[in-house]
Amino acid sequence: MIGKDVAGIIYSSNYDNYLTELTAVRTMGSVPFGGRYRLVDFVLSSMVDFGVSKVAVAMCNNYRSLMDHIGNGRPWDLARKREGLFMLPPYNFSGVGAYGSKMSMLRGAEDFLNHTKEEYILVTDCNVVCNLDIEKLAAFHAENGADITLAYAKGKLPQLPDTAVLKLGDDASVTEMEISPKDTEEGAFAVNIMLLKKSLLLRLIHEASAHGWKDFDRDILMRNPGSLKICGYEVPGFCRVIDSLQSYYDISISLLDKAARDALFCEERPVLTRVRDDMPTVYGIGSSVKNSLIADGCVIDGTVENSVLSRGVRVEKGAVVKNCVLMQETFISSGATANCVITDKNVVLRPGKTLSGAENYPLFISKGKVI
Amino acid sequence: MARKKECIAMLLAGGQGSRLGILTHNIAKPAVPFGGKYRIIDFPLSNCVNSGIDTVGVLTQYQPLELNDYIGNGQPWDLDRADGGVHVLSPYQQIKGTEWYKGTANAIYQNINFIDRYSPEYVAILSGDHIYKMDYAKMLDFHKKNDAACTIAMLEVPWDEASRFGLMFTDPDGRITAFEEKPKNPKSNKASMGVYIFTWSKLRKYLIADEEDPSSSNDFGKNVIPAMHTAGERLYAYPFDGYWKDVGTIDSLWEANLDMLNPKANLDLGDKTWRIYAKNTAQPPQYIADTAKVENSMVSAGCEIGGEVDYSVLFSNVTIEEGATVKYSIVMPGAVVKSGAVVQYAMLAENVTVESGAYIGECPEKTENLDAWGVAVIGGGVTVGKNAKVAPKIMCDNDVAEGESV
Repeated sequence: MIGKDVAGIIYSSNYDNYLTELTAVRTMGSVPFGGRYRLVDFVLSSMVDFGVSKVAVAMCNNYRSLMDHIGNGRPWDLARKREGLFMLPPYNFSGVGAYGSKMSMLRGAEDFLNHTKEEYILVTDCNVVCNLDIEKLAAFHAENGADITLAYAKGKLPQLPDTAVLKLGDDASVTEMEISPKDTEEGAFAVNIMLLKKSLLLRLIHEASAHGWKDFDRDILMRNPGSLKICGYEVPGFCRVIDSLQSYYDISISLLDKAARDALFCEERPVLTRVRDDMPTVYGIGSSVKNSLIADGCVIDGTVENSVLSRGVRVEKGAVVKNCVLMQETFISSGATANCVITDKNVVLRPGKTLSGAENYPLFISKGKVI
Repeated sequence: MARKKECIAMLLAGGQGSRLGILTHNIAKPAVPFGGKYRIIDFPLSNCVNSGIDTVGVLTQYQPLELNDYIGNGQPWDLDRADGGVHVLSPYQQIKGTEWYKGTANAIYQNINFIDRYSPEYVAILSGDHIYKMDYAKMLDFHKKNDAACTIAMLEVPWDEASRFGLMFTDPDGRITAFEEKPKNPKSNKASMGVYIFTWSKLRKYLIADEEDPSSSNDFGKNVIPAMHTAGERLYAYPFDGYWKDVGTIDSLWEANLDMLNPKANLDLGDKTWRIYAKNTAQPPQYIADTAKVENSMVSAGCEIGGEVDYSVLFSNVTIEEGATVKYSIVMPGAVVKSGAVVQYAMLAENVTVESGAYIGECPEKTENLDAWGVAVIGGGVTVGKNAKVAPKIMCDNDVAEGESV
C-alpha cells in the first residue's frame, strides 16, 4: 500500500463537547495548538507526507474557522485539479441530518466514498496530537492481513464517553474491546485512527444503515458481525489525546520538553500549516525568556517563562508571563502578570492586571476579552 | 492577448552582486536572505502587490536557479494570477543572434514584446537589491499629475554620503534640471533610489534609439535617462522619506539587517497594512531554553537557542547551543553555533557550523587598526573547527581546521 492507494477522511467535530471553552467559537480541527498550528494540521500533514492526495474533512458545527484555516488546501499541497481536498459540511438529505456521530458523518461521506477510486480509506479524528508515520501503519496492516487496523496508545485513558479500550492477542489482533470502562484507569486505548478497505467501509455503512445501528465503535467494531480481523497498531512516540481543557494545557506545556518536540516536529515529516506572513519574533532590550516555545510575529519586551506563545503575541516591558498558553495576538500590557493562564485569540490583559490559575486548574480567557 | 494594464513593473534581478563576495557565489543578489525570514527580492515584490501592481516581469541572468525556484508561480506574493502575475524573464535565443542582457536598458529592450502584451500606459522599473517599503501607486499619481515622461524616486541622503549616489537637481516643482553621477564634491544631496516610472510609449522609443547606438552601454542611469533629458522630456523627481537601503555590499547588508532591530530605522516589518511577503518554510516555533539570554534580536521559526544572543538577526532553524555567544551578527538558515563559540560582528551564511570554542569576528573597540576591521563572513556550508579563529573582515569560503587561525 502506498499513498496513492489511500484516501483520507478527517472528522473534525467528534469531541467538541469536551473542550467547550476552546470550541465555543470553532470546531476541534481548528483549535490552535503548539504556537502556530491547528489540531487538524497534524493528521493532515501526516497523510500528505505519506502521499495521500485525496482528503475529505468532515465537520458539523462551528466550522467557519476550520474552513478559513484549510481554505483550498494549498499549504498541504492539496489544491489540486485531480483529487485534492474535499470539504464535507453537513448535508441534509433525507435520512442523514446534521452529523451527530461518526456513523452519521460516514453516511454523509458515502457520496465521497463512491467517487473515490483509492482502495483504502484512513478515517481519523482531530483531537489526537501525534506525528503519525502512516507508512508504518500501512505496512503493519498489510503484514498482519488485517481487515481493519486501529491505532492505539497506551497510558491513562482519555476521559471521553467512547474511549475504546483494547485487549490485544499475541498476533496484534484485538481480542476484546470495552467502551470507557468505569473501573479501568490505564490501558491500551484506540485513538480514532482507522485504516480499512473502501469496499469494507461502504459495506459496514450499509449494514449499519440496514440494522439501524448508530454507533460505529459499539455496533460495528465491538460486535464485529462479519468476524473481521481487527488489529491494533501502537503509535510509537509522542501520542496524546485531548479530552479536556486540562489535558489541552498539559499537552501544550509538554512541548517544552525536547523529546516531545523532536517526536512531533521531526524533520522527515514536517507539520504544515497555513501561512500568516508574520515577521520574525523580536526580543527587546531587557526581555527575559526562559524555557518557552514562541511562534513568529511576537514582540517580547517583558518576561516569559515555561510558556507557549502563538503568532503575534505582545508581551510589554514589565509584564510577566509564566506557565501560560497564549494564543494568537494576545496582548499582555506592561506591569500585567499571568500565571497558568490559557488565553484564546485577541485577549488583552490591561496594565497592572494579574491573572492566575493553577497548574492543575488553568484559567481560561475566551476570545477577544479585555481584562 | 492579455488584458490591458495601466502599469506593470519590471524588476531588474540579473546582477551578480559581486561586492557581496561569497554570499553570491551560487545565488543572485536578490535571492540573498534578509531580515530573518525574507530574501531581498521580497521587498520590491511585496511593494508591487501592495501598490496594486499585479503584473511583474523579473529579469534574471546570473545564477538564476535558486531565484527562479524561489519565485515559483508567485503565490507567496499573491502574484499567481490568471491575468498577469509574476513572470521570470531570462535572456533568450533570437533569430538575429543571442545576447545576454548587456545593461539595464538592454534587459528591458529585449523584453519589449512582454511589455507590449499588456499595452500598459506606464512601466515601473525596479531594482532587486534595495530594502524599502514604498507605495508605487502614489508615485504613479505624481507621475501622472506632472505629465512626466519619467519619474525618478529621490531620497535626500546625508551630505557626507552623497558622493556614492547618482544625484539630481530639481526646480521647485520637482522637475529635474540636471544630473550628477557620483561626484567627488556633491552639490546636491538628492539621490536616485533606482526606482523609475516611465510612460511606456516614450520609454519604448528611447530604448529602441539607445539600442541603435553602438557606443551606448545600454544603462538607464548612464544612457537612457540622460538622452531623455537632453531631448527635453519632462523628468521629475518623486521625493521619498522612508527607510531605503542599497544592500550591495557586505557592510550595508549587515547594517540593513541590524536596522530591522532599530525602531528608529522607520521600516516596520510588523506593519499589517504593508506586509512583506515571503515564501514560508514549514518550521515549528522557536524554542528558547532556560540557559538562554536573548535580547534586542530577531529570531525566526525553528531556532533552538540555549546561549546568549544580543543585537543579532537569526534566520530559521538556527541552533545556538548553551554557552555560545552571538552578538551583532547575522546568522542565516540552518547554521549551528556550538557551545563556547563566540560569534560577533559576523555574517554566517546558510548551514554554517561553528564548532565549540571557535572565535569569529571581533568588536571594533577591541581592534587596534580600525582599517583592518570589518564584518567577518563565513560562506555557505563552511565548518569552522574547534577553537579556530576567524579574524574580522575575513571572507571564509573554505572549512577552517581545528585550532587554525585565518
